[in-house]
Amino acid sequence: MMRLWRRHRHWLAPTLFILPGALLFGIVIILASVQTIWVSFFDWDGVGPMQWVGLANYEQLAEDPQFYVSLKNNVIWLGMFMLAPPLGLALALLLNQAIAGMKFLKSMFFVPLVLASVTVGVVFTWVYDPTFGLLSLIYGWFGATAPALLSDEHLVSFAVVIAALWPQVAFCLVLFLAGLNNLNEDLIGAGRVDGARGSAMLLHVVLPQLREVSFIALAVTVIGALRSFDMVAVMTSGGPFGSSTVLAYQMYEQSIFSYRFGYGAAIATVLFAIMAAFIAWYLRTLLRPEQETA
Amino acid sequence: MYPRPIPETNRSARAAYVTLVTAVLVLWLLPLVTVMLTSLRSFEEVMAGNYWGWPKSFNLVENYTAVFKQTALARYFANSLIITLPSVLGVLILSTLTGYVLSRHRFPGNRLVFALFVGGNFLPAQIMMIPVRDLMVGIGLYDTFFALIIFHTAFQTGFATLFMRNFIAALPDELFQAARAEGASPWQTLWHVVVPLIRPALAALAILTFTFVWNDYFWAIVLTQSDAVKPVTAGLNNLRGEWVSAWNLVAAATIMVAIPPVAMFFLMQRHFIAGLTMGAVKG
Repeated sequence: MMRLWRRHRHWLAPTLFILPGALLFGIVIILASVQTIWVSFFDWDGVGPMQWVGLANYEQLAEDPQFYVSLKNNVIWLGMFMLAPPLGLALALLLNQAIAGMKFLKSMFFVPLVLASVTVGVVFTWVYDPTFGLLSLIYGWFGATAPALLSDEHLVSFAVVIAALWPQVAFCLVLFLAGLNNLNEDLIGAGRVDGARGSAMLLHVVLPQLREVSFIALAVTVIGALRSFDMVAVMTSGGPFGSSTVLAYQMYEQSIFSYRFGYGAAIATVLFAIMAAFIAWYLRTLLRPEQETA
Repeated sequence: MYPRPIPETNRSARAAYVTLVTAVLVLWLLPLVTVMLTSLRSFEEVMAGNYWGWPKSFNLVENYTAVFKQTALARYFANSLIITLPSVLGVLILSTLTGYVLSRHRFPGNRLVFALFVGGNFLPAQIMMIPVRDLMVGIGLYDTFFALIIFHTAFQTGFATLFMRNFIAALPDELFQAARAEGASPWQTLWHVVVPLIRPALAALAILTFTFVWNDYFWAIVLTQSDAVKPVTAGLNNLRGEWVSAWNLVAAATIMVAIPPVAMFFLMQRHFIAGLTMGAVKG
């Protein structure tokens, strides 16, 4: 027995090592995700028997006005989230100085990143409160009345996204600060000798070196925008009148509150398809340099 | 360095710069600072509508004691720790194993397994919600700590595997050749060569995983129901509904929820940032 183990341990041991993690991840994450696609072809209340309905959930989805509201809001999230990388870069450029005390100030700028999204949601619900909120106070100074952002169907999504941008900008700031720290000093020096300064230096010398970091910042921002759920759930519950739902929230609501698990699964599958296209692009870009060297 | 450093000799420019940055910082954190101030106000002051001015009296002890005594916050807090700590430990163990194998052992499908870990880690939570919930109900773990511990361990293992694989792949090859030459078994190589060298990676992963799991809200509301199991994030949202007008207490609870990840961040900032940027940048 011992000899058998010794002869085969060079492949048996690694197999045993990888098995627990791979099985757990495979079952709970990968298999479950695939299973959702399967569930989307059924009519199911989550408890009783499942009834095969083919593509009926998707047909219904194509005619559901709420679905288009969610889709539109996801586009708003994605579009506005694109502000996070440039804002993060701008902050990073402002903060990238080695002066006593800057280290502490920089870390204070990172704080929103580690806050729970529930915390951010609660904090911004107060900022937006039409009677007591910080916003109403500022409007008050100018003798104006603040709009009730979270109960205005046209503004609500923008208000929620602005709150969500807070930690996202902090995330991009961390990435860009790290990028600025890894700049090639020789290139910067050469640029200075050639008389490049300010924006010319930024465009032609600094930004090309930040390509990798910018790619990562863009990727985490797109993923963050498509994943948006917590802030909507905490700040508006999709309201008023479903005007701030996103796909992720509509899916949750349909499944958990309306017991339409098949329909919820169909929404999740659409979200998954959007995300999968993006993940495929990301993985290709990510794994390509290694394949070249290998 | 870019932008050009402000010269050390130019004292006034430096002072002006630090003042500017501090002003931007105050604006940046204004929402949070005001919540902090509100958590110190008396109930009368909140009722009188003083939400944003300087507090008239400081009720630090009263408010924070009240929030622990009169609400279930202490329970939620303990729940969060019971969920988060084992998850972190599980992730560290599993990802060390998977990262070691994926970086140091060639086998058919290696790249595919790695791609599944990385890709799965980017999936939106909703795509797996129904089957995961169903699974937990089916094996009788719904509304228990185990449901959240198992899920978080599984999910975070994706990111952690990406992280560990890249970290171990970057270790010098000679170490592994030497271990092989001396006839070390895979287990001995892992324990005596890999583990002592990956301490910084373990620290970074521990703090990142702690923050991710502590801050989770979605799975908290999908997999739990009762106060006895609910973590702080879901608990805070409940409190907000129950204590609508007691802004000072809700503010105190909000700050309490934020303290553990913020404290962890400041204690282990180097590891946190190294982890975040390495996990992302080296990708």
